[in-house]
Amino acid sequence: MRTRASGRTVGGLRSLSLQAPAVTLLLIWMLIPLGMTLWFSFQRYNLMMPGMEQFAGLENYEYLLTDPALWRAMGTTLLLVGSVLAISVIGGTLLAVLYQQEFLGRGVARVLAISPFFIMPTVSALVWQNMMMHPVNGVLAWLMGLFGLPPVDWFSSFPLLSIIIIVSWQWLPFALLILLTALQSLDDDQVEAARMDGAGPVAVFFFITLPHLKRAISVVIMIQMIFLLTIFAEIHVTTSGGPGLATTNLAYLIYLRALLEFDVGGASAGGVIAIVLANIVAIFLIRMVAKNLED
Amino acid sequence: MATLRLKQVAKRFDDTDVIRGIDLEVNDREFVVFVGPSGCGKSTLLRIIAGLENATSGDIVIDGERINEVGPADRGLAMVFQSYALYPHMTVEDNMGFSLRLARVPREERRAKVLEAARVLQLEPLLDRKPKALSGGQRQRVAIGRAIVRNPSIFLFDEPLSNLDAALRVQMRIELARLHEELDATMIYVTHDQIEAMTMADKIVVLQGGVVEQVGSPMELYHHPRNRFVAGFIGSPKMNFLPVEARGVTTRGVEVTLPGGGVSEVAVNGAGSRTGEALELGIRPEHLLLDEQGPLAGRIEVIERLGGQTSLYVRMDDGIVTLTADGDVAHAVHDRVRFGFEPGRAHLFDGQGQALESLQRHPLSELGRRDSRADPEAGA
Repeated sequence: MRTRASGRTVGGLRSLSLQAPAVTLLLIWMLIPLGMTLWFSFQRYNLMMPGMEQFAGLENYEYLLTDPALWRAMGTTLLLVGSVLAISVIGGTLLAVLYQQEFLGRGVARVLAISPFFIMPTVSALVWQNMMMHPVNGVLAWLMGLFGLPPVDWFSSFPLLSIIIIVSWQWLPFALLILLTALQSLDDDQVEAARMDGAGPVAVFFFITLPHLKRAISVVIMIQMIFLLTIFAEIHVTTSGGPGLATTNLAYLIYLRALLEFDVGGASAGGVIAIVLANIVAIFLIRMVAKNLED
Repeated sequence: MATLRLKQVAKRFDDTDVIRGIDLEVNDREFVVFVGPSGCGKSTLLRIIAGLENATSGDIVIDGERINEVGPADRGLAMVFQSYALYPHMTVEDNMGFSLRLARVPREERRAKVLEAARVLQLEPLLDRKPKALSGGQRQRVAIGRAIVRNPSIFLFDEPLSNLDAALRVQMRIELARLHEELDATMIYVTHDQIEAMTMADKIVVLQGGVVEQVGSPMELYHHPRNRFVAGFIGSPKMNFLPVEARGVTTRGVEVTLPGGGVSEVAVNGAGSRTGEALELGIRPEHLLLDEQGPLAGRIEVIERLGGQTSLYVRMDDGIVTLTADGDVAHAVHDRVRFGFEPGRAHLFDGQGQALESLQRHPLSELGRRDSRADPEAGA
């Protein structure tokens, strides 16, 4: 046990008892749902067959892990998360540099650029579905018509790409907001020193701006990853996971199992797999972020 | 070889004139210090020379070539910033070699140049550290090293010592003077600290409100300030100013009536002054002498004993006069003292604050920090 300079021990009985309520509450908050999910995942439990619950062993897992839909959904999840992350981080960095420049109406432009983040996911999905990507009424179809191109039915021709576009549109402002704030803390003297050293705008970006943003970028990646792993509303509103399984991610697969097939056991097994996946990602992520924050 | 000329350089920000038409000449290998109170435009002037700001009008000429339109990187200058502006994610070596890396200098050559600069600045053991792991003085030296590596024609320093503590500042001051000697380069140095200016400069440029008040060697500014502002700004503690009245002009100077009725002579050219004209007498604390027969009198209000010297703050009828006396003066607070001065040590300023010309030039007033008469170039 460490001791403070004053000689009092850290983590003594008194401080432990003061921390206990919060820690206990958090534990209950986490352990009960986790325990229930684990419990259900070992049960044969279908809502259509009440009273038939019984212990199933690893049957749910066996069924799930041999189901090609799971692997497809995992792939979709990773592709969705990866693409949105790439688009929002790269786009956000470039936009942040752009909005850092002085120009007329910069304040208004910044607010406009950040506003998609304030729109709730279901609404933005509906807006994209009915006003942007609609093959008849959509702005994109109209734009393509201007060039004499046939309209595209986005959600049936490029379902996953459409979802990626919608989700990126929502999350790019978040990356922009964080990165713009980080950019404002960049010391002007450093940029000027680099200019005196012979760095042009591109060299300043790669040698000064980007290293300065490294920490903020890793924070953006971590926070976005947490939310992007569980994307649901955009898929539910637009494609309902289809066509086929083209846009079914892990979260949506669990929903399909639990609330369309009423297979609570199978869905719980899916939930456990999602937890494992999230933890694997988290381990890599936290290592990366921790290393960045150390520097 | 590097000379710099400014011709009528002016700078406007929106509606404010920051620099109002400055003419200046900086000779090869000269150490020039821009000094002035904050907001006088000295940093802006340096940034204009560096190319980080554009001059609104006027010409900037380096070695006979007008460089107004040349970018900061291509002017062959290097600048040391007040905040050091080190690149936090690079090691000391990478910081110093950054300009060479951008210029695509091969790795071996780059390393050799960085090592050479590190040797001059005694930075060799720190080359692998990041700026975060350095002390203030070390960061300062890395910033200077980054400038040296570029081998610039002119070094620019923007208040480089103001973030250091007092002891370190004295040490770095000496180190910079030594560096100037060793590199034999032209340097322009901005500071608000007149002690830095006095100790390092070959030539001081005193700026106020975007105008050059006076240019000259440190001793010239000290002994022959052109006006009341320069007189008050150069020298520490500050020069005392007393209202006096001209009594008459003689061949030895101007006779003035001092506050309290005493009469004294000041060795300046009084050709333009009338009898009865209100003038201002300027006298430095170190030139006031305790003297039982002196023409000035007052009561000591505060005594500061520094050991070697003692500062007396003497209350006169219209204000406090500072007097620097020997460390052994036995006076105590509330004593009445009489004091005077040598006629050649005092200055007179007219109603516009302009100095009346001294009858005798001080023998050291043409001397820079380096004796220009002993310039190695003259012999070589």
